[in-house]
Amino acid sequence: MSGMEFKGLTIDVDEDGFIQDPSLWNKEVAEFFGKTEGIEELTEEHWKVINYLRDYYLEFGIAPMIRKLCKETGYDLKKIYQLFPSGPAKGACKLAGLPKPTGCV
Amino acid sequence: MAFVPKPDELARIGHKPPRTGWMDTPVDFRRGTWCYAAKPKNLQALELPNPREWSPERADWKLPANWQEIILEGLRERLQRFRSLQIFMDICVRCGACADKCHYFIGSGDPKNMPVLRAELLRSVYRKNFTTAGKILGKMVGARDLSEDVLKEWFYYFFQCSECRRCSVFCPYGIDTAEITMIARELLNLVGCNIDWVAAPVANCFRTGNHLGLQPHAIKDMIEFAVEDIEKITGVKVEPTFNRKGAEILFVTPSGDLFADPGTYTLMGYLMLFHELGLDYTWSTYASDGGNFGLFTSHEMMKRLNAKIYAEARRLGVKWILGGECGHMWRVINQYMDTLNGPADFLEEPVSPITGTRFEHARTTKMVHITEFTADLIEQNKLNLAPERNEHCRVTFHDSCNPSRSMGLLEEPRYILKKVCRHFYEMPENTIREQTFCCGSGGGLNADENMEMRLRGGLPRANAVRYVHEKHGVNTLACICAIDRAALPPLMDYWVPGVEVSGVHELVGNALVMKGEKKRTSDLRGRPLPDPHTAFGGAIEE
Repeated sequence: MSGMEFKGLTIDVDEDGFIQDPSLWNKEVAEFFGKTEGIEELTEEHWKVINYLRDYYLEFGIAPMIRKLCKETGYDLKKIYQLFPSGPAKGACKLAGLPKPTGCV
Repeated sequence: MAFVPKPDELARIGHKPPRTGWMDTPVDFRRGTWCYAAKPKNLQALELPNPREWSPERADWKLPANWQEIILEGLRERLQRFRSLQIFMDICVRCGACADKCHYFIGSGDPKNMPVLRAELLRSVYRKNFTTAGKILGKMVGARDLSEDVLKEWFYYFFQCSECRRCSVFCPYGIDTAEITMIARELLNLVGCNIDWVAAPVANCFRTGNHLGLQPHAIKDMIEFAVEDIEKITGVKVEPTFNRKGAEILFVTPSGDLFADPGTYTLMGYLMLFHELGLDYTWSTYASDGGNFGLFTSHEMMKRLNAKIYAEARRLGVKWILGGECGHMWRVINQYMDTLNGPADFLEEPVSPITGTRFEHARTTKMVHITEFTADLIEQNKLNLAPERNEHCRVTFHDSCNPSRSMGLLEEPRYILKKVCRHFYEMPENTIREQTFCCGSGGGLNADENMEMRLRGGLPRANAVRYVHEKHGVNTLACICAIDRAALPPLMDYWVPGVEVSGVHELVGNALVMKGEKKRTSDLRGRPLPDPHTAFGGAIEE
């Protein structure tokens, strides 16, 4: 675990840069993670995905299935990769402050 | 995630051993070839020793002061407890039959991935501390002290063994090298050296009943998503039940099938089949994972996680348990469950309610593999199948290591595939059945940061797929394990682009003609069904 300096605060992240404590997430953190992923500015389309992921996570304690994400946002996988070059799990979920899923996945 | 070299670079494998002897060649923690250390919160959740922040690539592993004593005492206890371990430590004659059978050795060229040498990492310490010759003659008889470098070597190479047991098939003495890895991992756990890709799922599983940490409402949400998709594709609304007391059968499958593609299509196949049969079964949100990464941690942890399946079967009052397309679950069930938590005398000997077939081989575990169940249905003509709906799939079958080598499940999946698909091709015979090659990511090693080693370990499997891909145009790699379904897609994209990975019951779902269904225009993935008159194999009557 290491800390990332951000606006005078230190955010603990894991080896792959995922937030350690999802409860510390806020919009500024998303913007900051976006920069680490090479996304200069978060557009409305980015926020649509991030907000959906965040809401699902708060309700269910895990990221949604990728197909559900596509269905609910109306974006296909290609579009999600355009928005988040590292993809839905490693890119979008990181910005939304979700932990990495583990197991047979 | 570590940088992964291009395939042509990775395929240049040097099998020339290093200039220095194996005892004098220290381990190199090169990124991409090892998994992150277990996080303290996960060890704490399991009350495992020495939880701390640490990293294998740093010099200080923050071991307890008396770590050597702990490990040697742990080894002493296990030599007494497991007669098999004592035999495996003494009996190897270094004939070398196993040497080139390991997928990690083939793909990496690292001599310490030869099973004989991997075991020797532990044997050398055993000799030094537990044999007279080793105590007196030391290095001359292959004995060495347990130093911190030795411990680091253990961590690197015992988490570079997927416990697939291919090498054991070739050992004239029948040494189960996976059991040596299991013991070594137990010893590493005594001083807090586990990987997070194992510790996190185990901690989740202990807390919620599944590796992903899915809570009951999340499980329900995911299955209901599959129900909606099934209705859209078939017009049939399936109605699964959850935690239903008095159901005849409890169904247990890997949680990966609920969450991650392409396992989710296999989930749809299960739901459709059970609905069509009118099966009196229930899902459980507690016994919500067949997978048991406890197997990759310690005997105690395996027992702890396995127990939930039987506790839930007892609570719900079911007659028997049907197990889904999971790999290592079946090793636990067939080889350990009986003496860990069994025999499950409170359940009944499984009988198929549809065919009346008695599954006698499951009389103590009370757990039947879904391909046994489905193969029996097909054999007794209980399913209406339209294999032409898989016309676009040219299929080969990857025997998942544990069902094939730990329970001898070789014919049933093939029988099903040949009935639900019309184009089935076997890979070369030394790469299938009991000689099957691991996906490269089993044993809890399917972490992203380990990708280079996973791609190396998966090379022999990929090579065999490539052979049938080029010779027969195979585009579908079927398997019966959720780790396979997670690990094989990136493996195929890397070595054999153009091959998709599928569970057997996804293909069953495609072919299954359901009562009251609408005319299908797509397969379970939403891909349009091919025109029967132009697809492979010419005209088909529909």
